[in-house]
Amino acid sequence: MQAAAQLTHDQVWAWLAAVPDPEIPVISVVDLGIVRAVQVTGDDAVSVTITPTYSGCPAMQVIEDAVRDALRQHGIGHVDIVTQLSPAWTTDWMSEEGKVKLKDYGIAPPSQQAGDMQVIDTSGLKSALKSGLKSGLAAAVSRRALPPPVVACPHCGSTHTQLTSQFGSTPCKALYKCLDCREPFDYFKCH
Amino acid sequence: MDAKTNYLLRLGDNALVLSQRLSELCGKGPALEEDMALTNVALDLLGQARMWLTYAGELEGRGRDEDALAYGRDAHDFTNVLLVEQPNGNYADTLMRQFFFDTWHYFLIGALTKSSDERIAGIAEKSLKEVTYHLRRSGDLIVRLGDGTDISHRYAQKAADELWMYSGEVFNYDAVDEAMVEAGIAPPAAHLRQQWLDHVADIFAEATLTMPPADAWMQKGGKQGRHSEHLGYLLAEMQFLQRAYPGAEW
Repeated sequence: MQAAAQLTHDQVWAWLAAVPDPEIPVISVVDLGIVRAVQVTGDDAVSVTITPTYSGCPAMQVIEDAVRDALRQHGIGHVDIVTQLSPAWTTDWMSEEGKVKLKDYGIAPPSQQAGDMQVIDTSGLKSALKSGLKSGLAAAVSRRALPPPVVACPHCGSTHTQLTSQFGSTPCKALYKCLDCREPFDYFKCH
Repeated sequence: MDAKTNYLLRLGDNALVLSQRLSELCGKGPALEEDMALTNVALDLLGQARMWLTYAGELEGRGRDEDALAYGRDAHDFTNVLLVEQPNGNYADTLMRQFFFDTWHYFLIGALTKSSDERIAGIAEKSLKEVTYHLRRSGDLIVRLGDGTDISHRYAQKAADELWMYSGEVFNYDAVDEAMVEAGIAPPAAHLRQQWLDHVADIFAEATLTMPPADAWMQKGGKQGRHSEHLGYLLAEMQFLQRAYPGAEW
C-alpha cells in the first residue's frame, strides 16, 4: 500500500482525528481523549491504546471497530487495539477544539476541571455536631453538596440555567434547561 | 476455586444482580428523569460487572468468559450479597437499597484503588468516578424522601427498617474476604463498616430518618451461595435467552 511506505506516528494520529464518536459525531475520538497512545509497530502495523469513557458505555465496541476500519482503509494491515483502564478517562482530556465543536452542536461542554468532583466529603456531622445540631446539619449539607457548576446555555450563552436531570441520553450527559431562552439542552458532565 | 477468583466473582455478581434489578425499571420509572437515572446506574454497574467477571474467568482458567459466568451459572453459584437481589418494591425501597449499596460501594471501591493487585486497582480507579456519582445521587434522594412529605417520610423509614437486616452482610467477612485482606488486595471490614455507619448516620440525620441499631441481627449467606427465592426468578429472566439458545448473538 502506498500510505504504508512512509507510515508515521503523526500520520496515524491525523487519521484517527477524523474518526467520529459514534454518539456525538461532531467530535472525534481524539478530541474526546479516548485515544491515549499510538505506536507504529511495523510497515503496515499499528497499535492504538484506547480508554473507555464509562465502564458500561455501549459505544466502546463501536469505537474500537471504527478505529480498526479507518486504519484499514488507509492500508494498515495489522491493527492492534489495547484497552487501558488506568489512568481513568477524564473530561479534562477533551481538546479545546472538541469543546467548541460540542457547543456548536448544542451540547454544553464540561464547565470545570473534573479533579474536584470525585470526592464526597463524608466527614459530615460528626465533628460539626459538637457545635449544635442546626449549624451541624447546615455544615454537613454544604460539605456534601457540590458547588453547582456554572453551565452556559449552548444556544444563547446565558448562564441562567438549571439542572433538570443528573442523567441524560447517554451516561456522559446530564439534562439542563435555559431559564432565559427556555431551550432544554444536554450538558457533558465533568468526569 | 482460589480466594481471589471467588472475591472477584462476588464483586462481579453484586454489580450484575443490582444492574439487572435496576434494569427491570426501564420504562417504568416514576418519572422520566428517574427512569433514565436508574438505567444509567444499571449500565455503569453492568460495565463494572463485565470487568470483574472477565478477570474472574481468566483467573479461574476454565475457559469461562463474562457471558458464561453471567448466563451459565445457577443461583447457588452466584455469590452476590442478599441486599442486591431484594425486589424493587416501592420507590423508597429501590432507593434505600441503592443508598445502602452505594455507600458501601463508594468506600470499598475507593479502598480498592490502592489494592496490591494492579488490575483490581485499575478497575476500581475506573469505577470510582461512577460510584461517586451514584452515591451523591442516592444520598440526595434519601434526604428528599425522608425530609419530604409525611407519606414519603413514612415510606423511606419503612424501607430503611425492612432493608436494614440486609445491610450488614458486606461487612461479615469469611475466609475468602480475610485472605484478600491479608494479601493487601481488599480493605478490612471494621474500618469500612465504620465509614458506612458514619455516612448513613449523616444522611439519615439530614433526612430526619431514624437509623436502626448498628448491632441489629443481620442476614447472611449470599456470598456463600445461599440466596433468597428472589434470585432464582431474577436469573430466570436474565438468563432465558442464553439458556434457550446457547451462544446466541445479534
